[in-house]
Amino acid sequence: MTEQPGSSAAGDGGWEPVIGLEVHCELRTETKLFCGCRNAFGDEPNTNVCPVCLGLPGSLPVLNAMAVDYAMRIGTALHCEIRPSLFHRKNYFYPDMPKDYQISQFDEPINVNGWLELPDGSRVGVERAHMEEDTGKTTHVGGGGRIHDAQHSLVDYNRAGVPLVEIVSRPDIRSSLQARLYAAELRGILIATGASDGRMEEGSMRVDANVSVRRPNDELGTRCEIKNLNSLRSLVRAIEYEISRQVDVLESGGTVLQQTRHWDENEGQTVALRSKEEAFDYRYFPEPDLVRVVPDTTWQSEVAAAVGPMPADRREKLAALLGPDGATAAKADQIATVVENGLDVLMTKAVHAGIGAPLALARTANEASAEPDRARALDTAAYTALLRMEQDGSLSATQAKVVLADLLDRGGDPAALARDHGFEALGADSLSGVIDELIAAHPNEWTRYVDGDDKLTGFFTGQAMKATQQKANGKAVAAELRRRRG
Amino acid sequence: MTSALTLAEQVRSGTVSATEIVERHLAAIDESDGAVHAFLTVLHDAARRQAAEVDRLVAAGQDPGPLAGVPVGLKDNLCTRGVPTTCSSLILDGWCPPYDATVVQRLRAAGAVAVGKTNLDEFAMGSSTENSAFGPTRNPYAADRVPGGSSGGSAAAVSAGLVPLALGSDTGGSIRQPAALCGVVGMKPTYGTVSRYGLIAFASSLDQIGPFSTTVADAAALFEVMAGHDPLDSTSLNRPAPRSMGSLDDGVDGLRVGLPRELIDGVAPEVAARVAQAAEVLDAAGATVTECSIPELSYGLSAYYLLAPAEASSNLSRYDGVRYGLRVDGDDVEAMMRATREAGFGAEVKRRIMLGTYALSAGYYDAYYGQAQKVRTLIINAFDHAYRNADVLLGATTPTTAFPLGDKVDDPMAMYLSDVCTVPSNLAGHPAISIPFGTDAAGLPIGVQVLASALCEPLVFRVATVLESAAPPVTAPALAAATWSAP
Ligand SMILES: [Zn+2]
Repeated sequence: MTEQPGSSAAGDGGWEPVIGLEVHCELRTETKLFCGCRNAFGDEPNTNVCPVCLGLPGSLPVLNAMAVDYAMRIGTALHCEIRPSLFHRKNYFYPDMPKDYQISQFDEPINVNGWLELPDGSRVGVERAHMEEDTGKTTHVGGGGRIHDAQHSLVDYNRAGVPLVEIVSRPDIRSSLQARLYAAELRGILIATGASDGRMEEGSMRVDANVSVRRPNDELGTRCEIKNLNSLRSLVRAIEYEISRQVDVLESGGTVLQQTRHWDENEGQTVALRSKEEAFDYRYFPEPDLVRVVPDTTWQSEVAAAVGPMPADRREKLAALLGPDGATAAKADQIATVVENGLDVLMTKAVHAGIGAPLALARTANEASAEPDRARALDTAAYTALLRMEQDGSLSATQAKVVLADLLDRGGDPAALARDHGFEALGADSLSGVIDELIAAHPNEWTRYVDGDDKLTGFFTGQAMKATQQKANGKAVAAELRRRRG
Repeated sequence: MTSALTLAEQVRSGTVSATEIVERHLAAIDESDGAVHAFLTVLHDAARRQAAEVDRLVAAGQDPGPLAGVPVGLKDNLCTRGVPTTCSSLILDGWCPPYDATVVQRLRAAGAVAVGKTNLDEFAMGSSTENSAFGPTRNPYAADRVPGGSSGGSAAAVSAGLVPLALGSDTGGSIRQPAALCGVVGMKPTYGTVSRYGLIAFASSLDQIGPFSTTVADAAALFEVMAGHDPLDSTSLNRPAPRSMGSLDDGVDGLRVGLPRELIDGVAPEVAARVAQAAEVLDAAGATVTECSIPELSYGLSAYYLLAPAEASSNLSRYDGVRYGLRVDGDDVEAMMRATREAGFGAEVKRRIMLGTYALSAGYYDAYYGQAQKVRTLIINAFDHAYRNADVLLGATTPTTAFPLGDKVDDPMAMYLSDVCTVPSNLAGHPAISIPFGTDAAGLPIGVQVLASALCEPLVFRVATVLESAAPPVTAPALAAATWSAP
């Protein structure tokens, strides 16, 4: 990640990509947006349903106050203006939409005019972040799993009515890499607010990209909207593909058509879904079954107070723990990883308990971040105890990583886990004995070492490891050698 | 017909059992409804069970509720758990809701006994009940004439004496217009006082459930049982419903009554004459009657026929064959939806879906839907202005008395004009009542309408009570059941 995110990544013969992202995130409410059904992922199909979220005749929506709370937290975190808002109906026929209209916010959204600062300091404008309900989920059976050649389709309405916030960025993004940073940073913010768990793989965070290209300072080019981006990796690939596709079209004298395009992960290309002319006329009009949402100032200030520190502030705090080192690119990357995974509290507690910041950062950004969910659930005292064993030399780095993997996997007492692996640190006496034997066996090497050839530290450490079946601590061996040389 | 409050008193005091009352009315329905066709479903078993439960409460000395043992007809766009609820549409034929509408629960809690589901114009779209997929209802006063609509089944059921009380829904006059044409009391409450949860939506911002009865006091009692905040309806007003029962007989001395010429000019001379006669009654009772003009009311009908279809086009989207009701197969999901809707909806429903879809379309929204919303605001402001000089307004309910079956089915515009006097109250969300006030020369009932500002139900009922006491005597309808008697 050495490229400058703020600059144009394409460099395709002077074309500048212009990118805006639309991010849908599911809110972590207990219940759905307009009814009391459970909002849960992965339950048996059609078990979390009722007359309201099935759109049965005569049913009426009632707005979930917690969803409004979460939406305002997101708006607050994105520096938006929070306004009285209105729900509209977005009308179109689709089998997984129970009412054949979606209740969404249209021209009076709850959050407008915000911005998000990326780790590199660049800012991306946020046009709006509005509330809406999710649709059900259709599974097409038979054929290729697509609606057109399916034998039949199954619809699960558990997701119908799950609260969403859609965050629409301004077209301020200029590269696939910056798009990735934006999505990752936004994900961190969503998690930090408690509003969403930001899991792209489960679809609780879904990204659509609007991509166009132009000559720098020209008017905006014609854009295409790319759908089906299920990971940060496909976001980057799809944007890069789309940029070069549009550049090819323009350079061969063609015009880019305004289209909605589908990202095909296997083929590595975007495919046209529908053109502007085929676009739906959604016939938006104010939802007559709901009243205006006017959060009072008390509620708004409660929300502002409930929103925890944002990733940018948290990165700053971790960097401060590291001193001047915290500003280097390598450390900044590690810090970003720790914050993104919500492990800054874990790391900070370890440092405050006396663990050196560089060691705490290394373990938290690497091993712990490989299993972020488990790491967040980790017992802080156990984590700190393990790092202390590494710091004081009772465990080697390699051994500490093995024990940490165990700790993440099943928890427990790190000392006991280390014993299970036979990682009992050699006592100072036995280490001394081992070194006596090594000196006796390698007199020439010892003489050269005593004469100042430091390269032989590695030789003796290696021999000590071999002799102790890796139980010796490298640092302790080096220290003992230095002590004897005087 | 014995009033609902009298019946309830008999049950509560143990003079007559709920079972006896319910059996009497079920027998009347079985015997007479063949000619009227007010009911689509009669709930013999459920009604008997519920009557027995009321009798058990009475026997146990417990309070059986203010409407104990009173048979009630429910318009078939009100959801009833496990009981077919059709909206008189093929598209919902056979569908049984898994839940009760809030009003249905409240009626049961008050001891009322639902005896059947009544006929209506399909999805409440119409003014004659001829747009029912299951055949028209007949006016009990003249079998070859319409009962009005869309709540024609409920109006006719009360008119013929089949039930003392019924529920309807009023979107543009669908309670008051059939009440006038059938010679019964029909009232549309303030928008938001009665929960719409479980009322199958026609036009959500206009729909309101209200009572049919033979007396004003019965209507007030039924309204009080239904009214009040419901957390399941976001548009339900979060405040106590206005109470009217205690002030029904307070009279009109000192009240200011406005007579807007827009609710009188252009109606049939015999109807206009009855309104004038009603004004004299109020004047004689001590009210100050003043003629006035609210020109904005004349735009009501045009605004209504854009807004109501626009909302309806969205509300009726869900009938797509995917989850419930009718499904007609097709090659793919879109073909299935098309075939289902083509087969399931009648002509008037399709006409309004198309009108509404058009009014909301890109490029037309501002000119139609947007403009109609502005007119709606103008009408609300005009009413507010009028109510600075009047406590209530008096006018005709309908331009004519009941017209012959088939007379207007091929002329939708003529049919829409039936709502001209009633639509403004829906646009404003205000309460209004139609009470029977004599007949025309042919003996067909005429209704006069009392309108008031939001939450002024007590005033509406007070004025209506005075008019009721001075109304010309009622004759029995031609299709009266054995249970019918003059109120
Ligand atoms: Zn639900």
